[in-house]
Amino acid sequence: MSAEADISVSEQKDTATTKVPVAPSEPFMEKLIRLPVVLPLLTFVLILVVWEAGTRLFAVPSYILPAPSRILGGFEVVSLSRWVEHVWSTLRVALMGFVLAIVVSLPIAVGLAKSRFLSRSLYPLLVVIQSVPVVAVAPIIIVVLGTDDAPRVVITFMITFFPLVVSMTTGLMATPPELIELSRSLRAPVWREISQIRLPYATPYIFSGLKISITLSVIGAVVAEFVAAEKGIGYFIQFSTSMFKLPQAWAGLVVLLVMSLVLFQAVSLTQKILFPWSLPKERK
Amino acid sequence: MTQDAISFSEAGQTFRTDSGPLTALSGVDLSIARHEFVAVLGPSGCGKSTLLRMTAGLIKPTEGMVSVFGLPVTEPRDDIGIVFQQATLLPWASVEDNVVFPAKHKRGRVSRQDRDHARQIIATCGLAGFEKRLPGELSGGMQQRVGIARALFLNPDILLMDEPFSALDALTRDAMGFELLRLWQASPKTVLFITHSIPEAVILADRVVVMSERPGRVIANLKVPLSRPRDESSLRSTEMQEFMGHLRGLLIKDKVA
Repeated sequence: MSAEADISVSEQKDTATTKVPVAPSEPFMEKLIRLPVVLPLLTFVLILVVWEAGTRLFAVPSYILPAPSRILGGFEVVSLSRWVEHVWSTLRVALMGFVLAIVVSLPIAVGLAKSRFLSRSLYPLLVVIQSVPVVAVAPIIIVVLGTDDAPRVVITFMITFFPLVVSMTTGLMATPPELIELSRSLRAPVWREISQIRLPYATPYIFSGLKISITLSVIGAVVAEFVAAEKGIGYFIQFSTSMFKLPQAWAGLVVLLVMSLVLFQAVSLTQKILFPWSLPKERK
Repeated sequence: MTQDAISFSEAGQTFRTDSGPLTALSGVDLSIARHEFVAVLGPSGCGKSTLLRMTAGLIKPTEGMVSVFGLPVTEPRDDIGIVFQQATLLPWASVEDNVVFPAKHKRGRVSRQDRDHARQIIATCGLAGFEKRLPGELSGGMQQRVGIARALFLNPDILLMDEPFSALDALTRDAMGFELLRLWQASPKTVLFITHSIPEAVILADRVVVMSERPGRVIANLKVPLSRPRDESSLRSTEMQEFMGHLRGLLIKDKVA
């Protein structure tokens, strides 16, 4: 059998599986379900409408549940430049903690994956550290490290770091043993085994860890701001609730939500652009 | 003076496992001449792969000795190429990058000559035009061709193949066997070919070595009574049917006992 014949068989299979029969008289609901954005958007709008109508109808006080229109008003209470200042403060801490977690967890993961001694001695310790409630430790860290960015970055780091270590270690150990044998049969240095085989193989695992960690990093930054800060969205929410300005606090919450979503999408997009082969095969 | 390419003398391997020592191979005596094609046939778990990994220098025998070109194997050698059961290619690297991978991994860089050499091997392996494809875009048979091309890249004198076609469908498997013979005849190499398929062993090899169940020992070492070149019809003669029947008998007798 020739090489051409070989590939043509697999190509035929491909087209057969990807071709979705589109009937001319497709029911409206079917069409709606297949559109990617429309359905969730419609659901979201519907919830907003019910929410708005409900709070007006039953005259719910805004400190219990403000109507969406009131929350929108909450945005206008603060000037745009002040919003930017808050957002930047939280974003900066979240990103620094996230990057610190990546930088620290990578060598630890390599150590855990390569050395049985390290994985036996260090891993239980990591689990203990992870089990410490970071929120409870946060005030202590603030006292120890002061009130600038440093303690907030450390708190964020502590929340984001563990899932990264676990996913990286799992990924580094997921390499097919044959490739490690190939590496050994070539008598290549260990660092090249890690950089050219293990790390690329770990990419899908690393990215699932990064996706969890990036959203955790926003949580970490907010927790740190709750304890001690004079800026940031977390600080803003706490300040607003203490003044019973609930619509304003809700507006802060919306900003945080958008920030988390954007950061998550940024990580997803990075994977899609730089490592397209590491994505699971799409199912239609 | 003619020297054996590979020779095992009283070679054995006992692994330490959680449930005590496990003897995979014991007292293996076997010599393979240079440019000879030897198939090792045996039930699963008889230590065939262990035999191959000892030859490659990936594991040391716990008894006896394994030599390659007269020298005891103490570490992996440059003149040995390995083809695994699964192609195990790098999914992020193109066909060409997979084939030059030994150079990149061993020396840390890839020269122009390496690339030219890789393209030449890719063409020889029937993959011309697919240099830039990713492994995920290829069929199983083509992926294993890339695996073979990668093993040939450093131009080894010895090719170790660990059930290389067992993951392929029957038709592709036959085609790949003849493809391998073509490559072997164009550029002779010493081949140690592990398989559990009797027809595959017989159609490919000069000699068939039959192994027992664990602990693996050599129970037969037979020359294949078949001239070259061979094709699909080679196995139809009564002589070959009898030969294969004999091999089957050896494998089954061992299983019952």
